[in-house]
Amino acid sequence: MLIINCPYCGARPEVEFRHAGEAHVARPAGTESLTDEEVVDRLYFRSNPKGMTVERWRHVHGCGRFFNAVRDTVSDFFVTTYKTGEPKPDLEALKAGAAK
Amino acid sequence: MVDISSDRRTVLDGLQFTSPADAEVRIEPVAAMSRLALRGRPGIETAVAPVFGFNLPSTACTSATAAEYAALWVGPDEWLVTAPDGRVDVVKAALEEACAGVPHAITDISHRNVGLTISGPKATWVLSHGCPLDFDLAAFPVGMCTRTLLGRTEVVLWRRAEDTFRIEVWRTFADYLIGFLNEARKELAA
Ligand SMILES: [Zn+2]
Repeated sequence: MLIINCPYCGARPEVEFRHAGEAHVARPAGTESLTDEEVVDRLYFRSNPKGMTVERWRHVHGCGRFFNAVRDTVSDFFVTTYKTGEPKPDLEALKAGAAK
Repeated sequence: MVDISSDRRTVLDGLQFTSPADAEVRIEPVAAMSRLALRGRPGIETAVAPVFGFNLPSTACTSATAAEYAALWVGPDEWLVTAPDGRVDVVKAALEEACAGVPHAITDISHRNVGLTISGPKATWVLSHGCPLDFDLAAFPVGMCTRTLLGRTEVVLWRRAEDTFRIEVWRTFADYLIGFLNEARKELAA
């Protein structure tokens, strides 16, 4: 079982968590002037990378809070977690750190 | 005259609490009590002190108790508060007054949960059948509380002593949970 580090509760078993989609998908300003393609892109299309991805997770059977996590989609390794509202980490720096 | 007063029964009535393994792990119902879900912005921790006689715990997964009250941290802005049975309206009114200056929500959940006590030298052994948390005293000290999964159901676990835990479970899941715990301790009686 994976151990996921909740930014509020600390290291906890994976069964207490739920995945909640890609993180940092911002609602664009001026939605009334978006084209249909731009709306569809925001609503339905996600980056789905091979390697490090940034996702929202929820500690649903714990503190109940949403937070963000950097996860490697190849190894399922949780590189880091941080509170919602904190800036997106520099993935290139994390990759360089992971490669060491 | 016909007695039409309501007959108060708990979902725990008629469930199996005794077991040949009682010497090693006991499971007992907790008497009815008042429960409140308390949520609020920073500032609420100290605002409630005149009511409880203590500040709400702000460290994750810790609890505070004094006299007849207990407050359990279950989230960064969320606490499970217990008070004596029948006092929920009084406590709720006092809290509303004390928290007037802080955005908050206070909800009576007295009848949403039922409480169980699991105790004995094999208590953590039985809990570990359905909960992946580390119950070593260093990792889960006395006084620690947390929402987690036990078997297939969500519970709040609160360590009251080295070998004694309170389990708070939603009442419709109590039947399942007691069945699960009895199944786990069957092995001890064999
Ligand atoms: Zn948490």
